[in-house]
Amino acid sequence: MLLIHCPYCEEARSELEFRWAGEAHIARPENIAAITDEEFAEYFFLRNNEKGLTYERWRHIHGCGRFFNAARDTVSDRFVMTYKAGLPKQPVPPAEKVSAIAEEKTVETWEATEGDAR
Amino acid sequence: MAKLGAGSIRTLPLAGFHGGSSAVRLEAAPPAERISLRAGAEDMAALSQALGLDLPVKPKTSAAAKGRTALWLGPDEWLVIDEGKGGLMQAAASSGVLHSAVDVSHRNAAILVSGPGASRAINAGCSQDLSLKVFPVGACSRTVLAKVEIVLLRTAEDAFRVEVWRSFSDYAFGLLAEGAQDAAL
Repeated sequence: MLLIHCPYCEEARSELEFRWAGEAHIARPENIAAITDEEFAEYFFLRNNEKGLTYERWRHIHGCGRFFNAARDTVSDRFVMTYKAGLPKQPVPPAEKVSAIAEEKTVETWEATEGDAR
Repeated sequence: MAKLGAGSIRTLPLAGFHGGSSAVRLEAAPPAERISLRAGAEDMAALSQALGLDLPVKPKTSAAAKGRTALWLGPDEWLVIDEGKGGLMQAAASSGVLHSAVDVSHRNAAILVSGPGASRAINAGCSQDLSLKVFPVGACSRTVLAKVEIVLLRTAEDAFRVEVWRSFSDYAFGLLAEGAQDAAL
């Protein structure tokens, strides 16, 4: 079972208590009525869907109920860190980054073991 | 058509339920008054005074005084349970500060789990660490019990109060009964 650290409960809890809530740090345009359709689509519909380190919002829905931000590796499914909502995008600590990359290499993805999509 | 009123009997959720094993005792808690309370940090002092207890600010903690218990659910959210005379809504309103209090007395039912196997019975469906070091007496948390959301409060070293929404109480009780049997093995 995956353990996720909630920055409000200050404790690692089971993934069962959490819900994913999309990409983090997407700022709503201040002049939303004035922007073009393309700019609106960019803000509203288009997401990066990055492979590797990604910043996401999560919600501790069956715990404190709070939204928070998490840096997660989408390949290894490892949570690198979590921090409170409202804080600016936090840099990943270097040591963590190294181990995250190391872990990525050891994880058996379909591409690594079966295919040559990489 | 028959009128409701005199002569009609209210059936409580979990009325008549009993269960457990040689290690765990399961019983439905008597009716209690409950409010879901939300307020900002600046209004906490006035609300604490009005309710007659210190609203806890640390995660996973609760405070009890004179039959009332306030459980920390989130940074600005508490579940306050009154097992005595009641009057929580009036008390909160008398604080005179900005807050939201919703009477959820009949939304929840509570199951009292006690005995040497109590934590093992709950752990049958709940993944939290219930060792005394991590979850001491007075600790509380909103969490999940198998498929339903519960609020768990440790009332003694070997006793817990499980607050669950009333329509889920049948399921929660059944699951805890299974857990109680496993805890006795």
